[in-house]
Amino acid sequence: MSDTATTPAGLRGLSPPGLLFAVLGAVSLLLPFMTLRANRIVAGEGLPAWQIAEPGITLPGLTVLALGLALGLPASRPALRLGGALLALAALIFLLTNGATALMQDAGDYARVSPASGFWCLLAVTLLLAADALAQMRPGPALRAVLLAGALGALWATLASGLLSELSIGIEYASRASGFARATVRHLWLSLGSLAVAAAIGFPLGIACHRVPAMRAATLATLSFVQTIPSLAMFGIMIPLLGALVTALPALQAMGIAGIGFAPAFVALVLYSLLPVVANTVAGLDAAPKPAIEAARGMGLTPMQRLWQVELPLGLPVLLAGVRIVLVQNIGLAVIAGLIGGGGYGTFVFQGLNQTATDLILLGALPTVLLAMVAAITMDILVDLSRRTPEHAR
Amino acid sequence: MIEIDRLTRLYDGKPACDAVSMTIETGTITAIVGTSGSGKTTLLRMINRLVEPSSGEVRINGTPTHSEKPHLLRRRIGYAIQGHGLFPHHTVGRNIGAVPRLLGWPKDRIAARVDELLTLFSMDPSEFRDRFPAELSGGQQQRVGVARALASRPDLLLMDEPFGALDPIIRTRAQDDLRQIQRHLGSTILIVTHDMDEAIRLADRIAVMDAGKLVQYGTPAEIIAHPATPFVAEMVGEADRPLRLLALLQVSELAESGPADGPEIAPDATLRDALSACLWSGRESLPVRGTTQRVTLEAIRSRAGAHA
Repeated sequence: MSDTATTPAGLRGLSPPGLLFAVLGAVSLLLPFMTLRANRIVAGEGLPAWQIAEPGITLPGLTVLALGLALGLPASRPALRLGGALLALAALIFLLTNGATALMQDAGDYARVSPASGFWCLLAVTLLLAADALAQMRPGPALRAVLLAGALGALWATLASGLLSELSIGIEYASRASGFARATVRHLWLSLGSLAVAAAIGFPLGIACHRVPAMRAATLATLSFVQTIPSLAMFGIMIPLLGALVTALPALQAMGIAGIGFAPAFVALVLYSLLPVVANTVAGLDAAPKPAIEAARGMGLTPMQRLWQVELPLGLPVLLAGVRIVLVQNIGLAVIAGLIGGGGYGTFVFQGLNQTATDLILLGALPTVLLAMVAAITMDILVDLSRRTPEHAR
Repeated sequence: MIEIDRLTRLYDGKPACDAVSMTIETGTITAIVGTSGSGKTTLLRMINRLVEPSSGEVRINGTPTHSEKPHLLRRRIGYAIQGHGLFPHHTVGRNIGAVPRLLGWPKDRIAARVDELLTLFSMDPSEFRDRFPAELSGGQQQRVGVARALASRPDLLLMDEPFGALDPIIRTRAQDDLRQIQRHLGSTILIVTHDMDEAIRLADRIAVMDAGKLVQYGTPAEIIAHPATPFVAEMVGEADRPLRLLALLQVSELAESGPADGPEIAPDATLRDALSACLWSGRESLPVRGTTQRVTLEAIRSRAGAHA
């Protein structure tokens, strides 16, 4: 009813987000699609999508791209819209790889080609369209896991095929392959390890805050304060503190702990993680209906039985939502570790910033974003699975 | 037998429940009636030690309740509350089997008990056993809540406004069911309510509480006919007293031989229903179903006035 009231007659049956994506896509085509530069540092020349290669390539590529975005329009056909998004995505990759080959052909040895703003906008529009269509289809946790695995598989296949190796970012990667692998491992250690430590401290602390109301206000206020310290300032505090600690306890030095490097970054991430973990633990335990808790006491459950059988199972989705926040936050924050020699993808970001090499920055930033997205989707699936009552009984 | 002996609970030095003593016979329903803040819920919660008494003690079949760990005591005492308190993430069967599971009953015995109780509460076990509380109606949830409280055959069942969240029609049916099941099982029940009608309909004995004190403890007929204080009289409702008295008595008690015309009335209907039928149909007497007897308006009138 509201559709007919608010949508002009000619647009009925069209998905409003789909329409927005199509318009944004069309506008993005006017932006430079790729950049050609004489070497990795100098500013380059932006080329619109129809100039990156001969028409034999750009014409079919752009046609399929437009078709894909157009398929995103019908509001009532989510599967078709998803198909359109995938088609548009394939067209973008096709244009990018063939454009790179064509542009590199007569450029010099040091020349670099990179995706430009037009490509990034179109990529974002396409991914948003896919996400919107998927949200409309409401896939269950199992199907979402399959889709995630499929998307990662497709991404891996694209990277492994070497199609992107002619791009500047591919060249940056090729010269740093082993460093990239080390950075990946280190980034995962920083984000997952700090999460594990924060959970080991935060869950018991949250349970204690739930049981002892007097503790709650003070603890949450302290952790909120920690959360407001900017990450750079946090490192600034950490360096002398850890330095003093290591001087006092030389055994720590033998373990590789120092004022800069991995240790302060790790400790800072743990500190930032505590508030979401503790706050969500308290909120999750509070979420159990009061009469159910009262009945559990009245029936003779011990406090531990109440915690394990009633409060934790009912609060688990909220607890896991806290873990999700921390995981995504830490994957992003771990980049800062690169600044103080903590390793991880941040190494590339800060090297790139120092050398004004945009593609080196991207080599650090893109995997970080990807990692955060995969973590978010995986945690959402786990949160859904952790709801103990079936959907029809909520 | 439950003996409550000068049970007192102080909050900030003020008594919420002030030296209450009463004895509850095994196999009866006792209602604790009072306004909010009268201390009735505090009294109930001191019996299973959800609230620890400041002084005094409770003895169940001679054993003081403080001689046992609170959670072990509570497993022997059924507890049903307003808003049922079912575990939303457990099925009906698992909810009902909660206390037997705590007591370590074998699985097949728990399953048999769950089915037995569901049948007793007129809920088909095969249909309801595996459902979740949110899939039930309010009345069904409340029945499962009471079934859960009865699951381990407790010595005593405590109920705190168990029907408070139900609409009036479902509530009346739930009260009738409870009365029937209590007779069938012979349970001892202590029920807290602010609703004098509910107390009169359900209870063998009524305890009226006011400002933490037990002001009267007696049968419904005694409470209605001889309220001990103006507060009790107010709770009973001055104008409704004769009708409430009649509601306690059955037609069969006043049945006498003689002719009567028109529709029959059941012998186990209340005299209040009989009076209503007389007034509504303009008759002086009603024939009693299944007999050649009748009940007359005259007899009802004199019975209503016979309290003094």
